[in-house]
Amino acid sequence: MSANDVPPPYTAVERHGMFPEVRHDEAARFNFLAGLNRYLSGAVGAGNKLAYDRRVIPAFQAEHGREPADRHEVRRAMNRDPWHRFWSAMKRNSMEMRQQAGRALVLRQLDDLDARARAFNDGANTLQLNGDVAVPRYQAAVDIHCMPGSYHGEERPGDVSAGANYDCGIFATTGGALGALNDGGGQAVAAWVKAERPDWRPARILDIGCTVGHNAVPIALAFPDAEVIAIDTAAPSLRYGHARARSLGADNMVFRQMSGEDLSEFADASFDWVQTTMFLHELSMKALPKILAEAARVLKPGGLLFHIEQPEYGPDMPLFEQFMRDWDAYNNNEPFWSAMHTLDMKDEMAKAGFPRDRQFTVGVKAVVDERIFPPSPAGAQEDYGRAALWNAYGGWKPE
Amino acid sequence: MTEEIDWIARAGAKPRGRRPEYLDSPFDERMLSMLMAVIGEVSVLRERIDTIERLLDAKGVISRADIEGYQPDLETGKERNRIIRDYIARVMRGVQQDMEALAELEPPITDVIAEMEQAR
Repeated sequence: MSANDVPPPYTAVERHGMFPEVRHDEAARFNFLAGLNRYLSGAVGAGNKLAYDRRVIPAFQAEHGREPADRHEVRRAMNRDPWHRFWSAMKRNSMEMRQQAGRALVLRQLDDLDARARAFNDGANTLQLNGDVAVPRYQAAVDIHCMPGSYHGEERPGDVSAGANYDCGIFATTGGALGALNDGGGQAVAAWVKAERPDWRPARILDIGCTVGHNAVPIALAFPDAEVIAIDTAAPSLRYGHARARSLGADNMVFRQMSGEDLSEFADASFDWVQTTMFLHELSMKALPKILAEAARVLKPGGLLFHIEQPEYGPDMPLFEQFMRDWDAYNNNEPFWSAMHTLDMKDEMAKAGFPRDRQFTVGVKAVVDERIFPPSPAGAQEDYGRAALWNAYGGWKPE
Repeated sequence: MTEEIDWIARAGAKPRGRRPEYLDSPFDERMLSMLMAVIGEVSVLRERIDTIERLLDAKGVISRADIEGYQPDLETGKERNRIIRDYIARVMRGVQQDMEALAELEPPITDVIAEMEQAR
């Protein structure tokens, strides 16, 4: 690492038509938070392993006469270690500061943002909200990412505050690893499909759990002849996402308020491509199988199923790494993260009706403008569970 | 500016979900939160000063070399040191008041309340 290895400046984030107006100190706050997060995960993040090796494991062995048996034992032991406790406390604060910074930026100009959203959204039949769609328990139990109001909260009826705050602040936690539009994941998916099946022309694509459409928009732009239907349960995120997509010229998209657990409005075999991006870990053990089954059901024979997630823990992953990857579950309000990553996704997809022998797993990393934004992975800078480096659990449905 | 919403207050809304406990006491948790906020704001100030310096430099008003080589005269130097003293006094208020409290053992406010409540 060199002294010049720093995140890109916040001013490099692309100002699309829904992006808040950012003042000097607001950008400076995000610059600080990106640097702080990189420092906590990188420079001093290594201290967690030191504490683990040098004193937590020796103490555990002295007490129990054996190694920890699972990541939960590691967590309980590490949560008694003063170094890890202070590191966690700082990291939790950085998450809270990121939320305050984003919300201050968004809420002070919410009148303008709401007006801009209305200009894109009013009368558009491509934004389809449905007040009967309930906020699922897995979204309502705690505020995901410590975002006050999560994806669905409103400061006043009909606003876009949740979506705008989510969009403008991801930079702080990823240090720019998702690119100028925070869409490096969607760009990666589009690039993978184009390379894998250069002549494929999907006509209808479903993105489940789209939030503000970061990852669906690049797919819509890469396949302009396709109709991309992006669904989510959170109206404020959809309002923002639809307006954002329009401002970016993704006019072949429909944003629809709908739960992925119940796609009964869609016929069997009605999509060429069904996907989720970094969504499954925000569900629950009850909801996940339903969504996987519905995704498999609405997919056409010959169609592509694609679920992007962080790598599952699996028996080969060291317990310390599993424990570090669990940090967001216990400290950043991601209550399904831990359990989800212990699942064998191939088994889950098979149980949901997608034959195992038609599945594949591929590594995917964010596609970003590397002249400005950091390539992934960032090597020793690994921010467990945050790196823009994912597994795609997918498959082509049998004809 | 959005008038309808107190955006300053709402920006710091508490997220739903009980906050984990990291440190030995809730006081330590709050001190760390305050300290980290200050650390962040100092960074913001430094960036703002850097912006001012670069703009002054680019517009030919003053150069950064002027800033690096700046030598205040004696009176100005003292004035600046008074600003520093004032700043130290502000941030050290808690320590200073604790020290003053050592000089006189004061009763808790509940005792004073009880005294005032006594009819005679």
